[in-house]
Amino acid sequence: MSPADFVADLFNPDLAFLGKALLIAVMSATVCGVVGCYVVLRGMAFIGDAVAHAVFPGLAVAFVVSGNLVLGGTVAGVLTAVLVAVFAQQRRLKEDSVIGVFFVAAFALGIVVISRAPGYAGSLQQFLFGSITGIPDEDVYVVGGTGLVILLAILLLHKEFVAVSLDRESARAMGLAVFRLDLVLYVLVTLAVVISVRTIGNVLVLALLVTPAATARLLTDRLAVMMVLAPAIGGLGALVGLYVSWSWDLPVGGTIVLVLTAAFLAAWLAAPRHGLLARYVF
Amino acid sequence: MSVLSVADLHVDLGGRPVLRDVRMSVEVGQLVGLLGPNGAGKTTLLRCVLGLVRAKVGTISVGGTATVGYVPQRHEFTWDFPISVEQAVLSGRTGRIGLLRRPGVADWRAVGEALERVRLADLRRRPVGELSGGQRQRVLVARALALRPEVLLLDEPYAGLDMPTQELLGDLFATLARERAVLMATHDLAAAVHDCDRLILLNRTVIADGPPGELRDRRVWMETFEVGERSHLFTALGLSAESAAAGEPETVGA
Repeated sequence: MSPADFVADLFNPDLAFLGKALLIAVMSATVCGVVGCYVVLRGMAFIGDAVAHAVFPGLAVAFVVSGNLVLGGTVAGVLTAVLVAVFAQQRRLKEDSVIGVFFVAAFALGIVVISRAPGYAGSLQQFLFGSITGIPDEDVYVVGGTGLVILLAILLLHKEFVAVSLDRESARAMGLAVFRLDLVLYVLVTLAVVISVRTIGNVLVLALLVTPAATARLLTDRLAVMMVLAPAIGGLGALVGLYVSWSWDLPVGGTIVLVLTAAFLAAWLAAPRHGLLARYVF
Repeated sequence: MSVLSVADLHVDLGGRPVLRDVRMSVEVGQLVGLLGPNGAGKTTLLRCVLGLVRAKVGTISVGGTATVGYVPQRHEFTWDFPISVEQAVLSGRTGRIGLLRRPGVADWRAVGEALERVRLADLRRRPVGELSGGQRQRVLVARALALRPEVLLLDEPYAGLDMPTQELLGDLFATLARERAVLMATHDLAAAVHDCDRLILLNRTVIADGPPGELRDRRVWMETFEVGERSHLFTALGLSAESAAAGEPETVGA
């Protein structure tokens, strides 16, 4: 299918869901790209994965009671993040073990909860692997609005997030509320995950957080550039991924992730100065 | 006049006493070395002054409206962060700038001055990940100086650096101490004796306090560092058995 056919389909009234799916995929990938910069730079990928899985029981409960998915997912994600933060104070266990315990538990709870819903197999697959059909109109506004809130929070707290990421001890000495800033960051990661889950799926959402930011990091040594590149890569990856998935009838979440992975590998090979080609060929 | 004074300080960490009855003060114009073995409480004392650890008993007073600048150990900082030297230094003013505000002219001026002081102005746009160990140490010093502190706390600034780099840093700290009080925790005894105006020997409590030239009694060093008489520590300090024997006959052969 040529890109022109794809555009024609986007404006075909019978395929209205396609435009909505594209809008949501691109918006959520863009927001995840920005948030993902902190996730990658602070080595929070495992926490990101945990939060991504932890939103599942919240989504499941919201789905079963026909409640608000964003709200349900956020509550569950934040609750898990707080539990991890509290249990990590226990010095015998390292944080990654605590995360390992709680995120799988949350995920297991989600599976048990959603098994109570009618038509469970289909909805489970939708949650885990994403889907572009059946998205209600208001979701576009919820995703757009939540995305704007996330970006605004980052704009306002960026210098504090950077100071804490650079050196927690000195940040504390400066009087910054390090624990609360961490919590805000977890909430932002959770929100970014929640708005992305719909199209890309729960299992694959981590890729939106990590892959575009990691790709951008390979391409630049400047934080400001990285925070523009990562959302650009994420948004473009979502667009191309959806196009490929629509043309060849492939699952959308998996295709978007593979497109992003291809971009990552390309950056790893061809990045200026630090890429494989720059180091060994030129 | 002392700008930092600590009185009757007792600190417990996890129920274990770490510092007891610590008394000390540092004046503007002094470079003071804080020496002691691992676990002596040097870092805890610094963290206490910063307000990061709560004292069980005792008072720490920082004169008037004086600001405390903190230079942590080098490994505390995330050097692979994609940030330039000047942005790293600016991050030292994050708390001062305040929430929801952007750095202004005064902030950038303070950053410029701090970079000049540590002679990193030429490298201001370089990513911190590309710096050498000595340059990294100077970035951390500049970050603390960006607050224009009256008290500067240095935690192990010489660790892992070669001699020429240590010498440059020692000169820098001596210069900085002319206008402020500098308290430096270090394991590098030779450098401390050479660079500092005063040494505080700490092991849970202050064992001795005075100019390096006056701390010639081998017993206080033995007590502080829990070493025997034949320790090579005395070679490093230039306190050979003979020179001590003249002043302290009763310790010889004990």
